[in-house]
Amino acid sequence: MLRKIRIVLALVFLSGISLLFLDLTGILHRWLAWMAKLQFIPAVLALNVVAVAFLVILTFLFGRVYCSVICPLGVFQDIVSWLSGKRRGKCFRFRFRKPATWLRLVVLGAFIASLVAGISIIYTLIEPYSAFGRMMSALAAPLYGLTNNLFASVAERADSYLFYSVDVWFKSMPVLIAAIVTFIIITVIAWSRGRLYCNTICPVGTVLGTISRYSVFGIKINKSKCNGCGLCSKACKSECIDGEAHRVDYSRCVACWDCIGTCKHGAISFTRKSGCHAATSEDVKPDGSRRKFLAAVGVVGTAAAVKGTEKIVDGGLAVIEDKKIPDRKTPIAPPGAIGLNHLKQHCTACQLCISQCPNEVLRPSSDIETLFQPVVSFERGYCRPECSTCSQVCPAGAIKAITAEERTAIQVGHAVWIKENCVPLTDGVECGNCARHCPAGAIMMVPSEPGNEESLKIPAVNAERCIGCGACENLCPSRPFSAIYVEGHRLHRQI
Amino acid sequence: MKKADKNITRRSFLKRVGAGSAVLATGAITGCVGSGQQSTTSTVAGKKSIGEMTYRTCPSSGDRVSILGYGCMRWPTKKDSNNPDEEIIDQDAVNDLVDYALKHGVNYFDTSPVYCKGESERATGIALSRHPRNSYFIATKASNFNEKTWPLEKSVEMYRNSLKMLQTDYIDYYLLHSIGQNGMEAFNNRYINNGFLDFILKERQAGHIRNLGFSYHGDIAVFDYLLANHDKYKWDFVQIQLNYVDWNHASGRNTNASYLYDELDKRGIPAVIMEPLLGGRLADMPDYLARQFKERRPEDSFARWAFRYAGTPPHVLTVLSGMSYMEHLEDNLATYSPLEPCTADELEFLEEVAKGFISSDAVPCTRCQYCMPCPYGLDIPSIFDHYNKMVNDGTIEKTTRSDAYNSARRKFLVGYDRSVPKLRQASHCIGCKQCESHCPQSIKIARRMQKIDSYVETLKRGEIYDAQS
Repeated sequence: MLRKIRIVLALVFLSGISLLFLDLTGILHRWLAWMAKLQFIPAVLALNVVAVAFLVILTFLFGRVYCSVICPLGVFQDIVSWLSGKRRGKCFRFRFRKPATWLRLVVLGAFIASLVAGISIIYTLIEPYSAFGRMMSALAAPLYGLTNNLFASVAERADSYLFYSVDVWFKSMPVLIAAIVTFIIITVIAWSRGRLYCNTICPVGTVLGTISRYSVFGIKINKSKCNGCGLCSKACKSECIDGEAHRVDYSRCVACWDCIGTCKHGAISFTRKSGCHAATSEDVKPDGSRRKFLAAVGVVGTAAAVKGTEKIVDGGLAVIEDKKIPDRKTPIAPPGAIGLNHLKQHCTACQLCISQCPNEVLRPSSDIETLFQPVVSFERGYCRPECSTCSQVCPAGAIKAITAEERTAIQVGHAVWIKENCVPLTDGVECGNCARHCPAGAIMMVPSEPGNEESLKIPAVNAERCIGCGACENLCPSRPFSAIYVEGHRLHRQI
Repeated sequence: MKKADKNITRRSFLKRVGAGSAVLATGAITGCVGSGQQSTTSTVAGKKSIGEMTYRTCPSSGDRVSILGYGCMRWPTKKDSNNPDEEIIDQDAVNDLVDYALKHGVNYFDTSPVYCKGESERATGIALSRHPRNSYFIATKASNFNEKTWPLEKSVEMYRNSLKMLQTDYIDYYLLHSIGQNGMEAFNNRYINNGFLDFILKERQAGHIRNLGFSYHGDIAVFDYLLANHDKYKWDFVQIQLNYVDWNHASGRNTNASYLYDELDKRGIPAVIMEPLLGGRLADMPDYLARQFKERRPEDSFARWAFRYAGTPPHVLTVLSGMSYMEHLEDNLATYSPLEPCTADELEFLEEVAKGFISSDAVPCTRCQYCMPCPYGLDIPSIFDHYNKMVNDGTIEKTTRSDAYNSARRKFLVGYDRSVPKLRQASHCIGCKQCESHCPQSIKIARRMQKIDSYVETLKRGEIYDAQS
């Protein structure tokens, strides 16, 4: 019974968090965002006292229920391990092993040190929820989007507006590589050794394991009923039950309660531990190593430069060249991030904001210092004034929740005009598309020849009013480089 | 519009159309042929077979021209197998359409060197050359709009190339293309200062051009000038825009068709009709107008009404229709085989419809593609087309009412992305206005684009406000 409840809840959490990453409608996060906010490391980074206290108390009472139910990477490993056990004769492929306590402590130490020092590449790679997020956003989300587009094309034929097509675009090579490597490593480990990752590498596993060691409730082996067959040890994916010695390593037990049903003699129960001490071992067994990933530089596609097509015959469409990313001296952080440093120090690079950005503004950074963390750019869209989705979904408090109204008062950067690209000067035509679309009224069109009101108008930026939304940059007709672009601010300002 | 004060009314149309509008017994014609509809009336049994095409005679040459003329501006296209981004003319489909049209009595084919990205003449020539040259009339045009084609040798080269593309050594109907566009100055540059019109007149004398005429859009001064000099030039025909909206309610710089037709009538010049459907806009109607049509003739398409109207004036030589699909061709053949002219009552009704139509918020775009390509990549006709569809089915109206707001908003925005790629939408219009001088309907394209864009903007912003409240 306990096991069934655990499985149902685990599937609820796994599908909820997966949907959070896959959602194309932009509304699911209103009901599901709390699942991401309950994730341990994001909650710690967000200083979310309620969530952290809840998780600590939960673990102190019932053991590492978090690892079996709430953590999506944990549930994912359980599914892999379960599938592996479906093979003939592989159901009881485990055996009790001694804990790799030293390795766990070293990894935890490195994790905390990198958090404190702000070396994001280390902690974002180890953090389990982020690893899961990268897998979802780089591997599952594109498939989900393409499937949706298939439905959309059917709907279009049926003149239905139920499904609509979305852009599936390649966001970042480093994230894709990281996701593939993580997926392979986690799958291979879980396939053969169950929860080995959670009990050697995962810093959350180590922290919660320490609490779980002293938890009130836990599984207990009744020596009088036990005949020492060792079946429980062979079935335990955490490899933490020493059936012969009737002992359980509670620091590694993830409270999956599989063993209760496995024991044919009813010797295992989930009950008050009442002073029963966990088996510990001084032995250190270095096992498993964490690959370090290197950032690959994303390749920016280049298109042939074609000037405005001259009209001689009727019809046809002019070639539109892709926009290229301008050389920003300061990167742009999304509104709500407070500033570049706050973002860097709090973000676990789970990719949730990136996968949920409806305007295709956020993408993972390729910079080694902020690898995988979100960065703003306007080649595919701009940061629309009515949208604050990224701030609503961020579980780690890296992008603080703001309302749409607050969002329009935050200055994340300012627009800069590049005279050499501006079409009234290069093509000799009227434009003003930047000024027309500026939601802040920060762009004024002034005569290109001072004093001559008849001359073509060029934009002039009032940087005080500019909120850095990038509408001007995105809608500028100059390609591949816009004639107006946004420079980021290290620290966001209120206007 | 300058001559609109001549006050030509519905009554004058009736007078001029007068005797020609013989009223046929409507009971016998209610079966709508070709559209797959079954008649529900008991007096007519099912589909009616196509009868004889109506023909009109050109006074100067004696040509017997079918009242349905084939406009070769909208040939069907398909994806280019070498370049999937590019649409090319589907020659097999063109051949089928031309064969079917000829077989059912259509004998007038109207093309131009600039139509279909400059490929129309070639495709039309390929399809027609498979038939005896005396079984059809070819109309093509002197489309020397671009400044580079103004020198005489360049314009003559365009003319000679038309002969080559159409695989013929004479042209039945040759037109000065769209005179009036950009006024007398452009006309003089294109035809007078370079001596091109003298060349054309000589070609007519030599028999290489059997009938000479012009097509008119825009500045009425050029139209008046050419007709004032009719004795000198002896126009064999003139092509004008005529439909029940343009008869008294021409938009922009265009002139009411009632005036144009009257001027031609006075001089005995036959009229070739373009835009009988107003670029397809008269093929679809807002619901409240649609009901009135269907009450009168439940089985007739809206297009059929418009074609019957255009063919009703007796001095109309032929009515051009750019038919991309076999279904359009079949429907039009049914309408004109034979033509059933509009009754006096129907003409009054269509005038009322026209008044309702011009008060609509739709953009008077006919999808002629003259504005294209936009140098900044917009798909102008598709944007207007989507907007007009939304006006016609009441989606725009619904977004102002809160109860239907969400579904209407979704319909507009999702449909917008489906009809027009994001990078070709109205938000990218910079207002350079390079397109506007090419628009025969003189639509203020930049202003309409910005209006549509700001409407889209309110919808996009409204989505979030609405959801949060």
